[in-house]
Amino acid sequence: MTTSNPQSPKPRPPLPYNMREVVLPGDAACPGCPIPMAWKVLSAVFGEKMILVIPACCSSVVVGAYPGNSLKASVVHVAFASAAAVASGIAEALRKRGITDVQVIAWAGDGGTADIGMASLSGAAERNHDIIYIMYDNEAYMNTGIQRSSSTPYGAWTTTTPIIGKTEHKKDVAKIMIAHGVPYVATASVAYPHDLYAKLQRAKKIRGFKFIHIHAPCPVGWRFDPKYTVRIGKLAVETGLWILYEYYDGKIHLSGPSRPYIDPKKRKPIIEYLKLQGRFKKITEDKIKEIEKYVEQHWEWIKRHM
Amino acid sequence: MVKEVQIVKTGIKIPLAKPKIGVAGKTGFWRITKPVIDYDKCVKCFLCEIYCPVNVIRVEPDQGPVIDYDYCKGCGVCVDVCPTSALKLVQEE
Repeated sequence: MTTSNPQSPKPRPPLPYNMREVVLPGDAACPGCPIPMAWKVLSAVFGEKMILVIPACCSSVVVGAYPGNSLKASVVHVAFASAAAVASGIAEALRKRGITDVQVIAWAGDGGTADIGMASLSGAAERNHDIIYIMYDNEAYMNTGIQRSSSTPYGAWTTTTPIIGKTEHKKDVAKIMIAHGVPYVATASVAYPHDLYAKLQRAKKIRGFKFIHIHAPCPVGWRFDPKYTVRIGKLAVETGLWILYEYYDGKIHLSGPSRPYIDPKKRKPIIEYLKLQGRFKKITEDKIKEIEKYVEQHWEWIKRHM
Repeated sequence: MVKEVQIVKTGIKIPLAKPKIGVAGKTGFWRITKPVIDYDKCVKCFLCEIYCPVNVIRVEPDQGPVIDYDYCKGCGVCVDVCPTSALKLVQEE
């Protein structure tokens, strides 16, 4: 039966049933939002034994307003720049009290990580606190009305880059974290929950600062039909634009879904990824060439450090 | 190592939110298209349940997927990931 299945060629065991428990239906997310998808994977790994530290971002809206909360886990809402600092404090407090089975997770968007929260993130990484910092990357400030962030890709339309699109490349936060020398850095995608599950399981066993960068296609800000959230996440990997890897023991380990695309001939043309999204409607041939060049450079960097 | 931490009663009520189904109300009202399942085509691959952003799909071992339409937002992610086209989007009346 499963041989005719184009999206999962090999029969894989379904993610454990405890994916069902933590994320409650009826949250305030837009239809097709990638954030609760990633939370379901978190709940499969940690269950209710996690403390999410959420700065100002879409997620603080998604969990809903007082007196309700759409997650069965503990959530701490904090100021924009302080997610990593608060998470470090909670981790230290838990250690002092001898609680070892609860994982502290800082869950921030790309604005709260790459722009505003960079200083506290860098500090927490340097002090090597026992937390997992997860950056879900929807590539702009979606919550406040699609403003450009430093994580927005080259050529993308936002409300603050309305005419020719962004003229700078995306800031690669995973590389910055590798330069900090933390024990574990990984990139993941909401379109590959099994891969994200394996990465979280590995991160759970490592003591020290862990950083995971999740690619999260946003239907509202990227201007696509909500049903294509997973398809666009997969296309980003298949075109080689988004590379899934893990960094530990001083080396980069390429993850399964990205492994075939080390060969440029196997990658799909980048236009397939761009044409589904309204934010790349005005992109020109020159800009696509520039993106291709950037992708090639990124792959070269990955190959050098494998 | 401090094993027990005394909680000092200050009399101040801290606003603590409690887990609740439907913090944004019945989100099923947002729906403009509705996913409908054809049980004959379903191969029970669990993909719709794994990807559902609202966590309303339950794949039961004997019956197949069941959708809670009270909270389904009708985004159509389940329709797009379905490998056998067992799910279809129909216009909401």
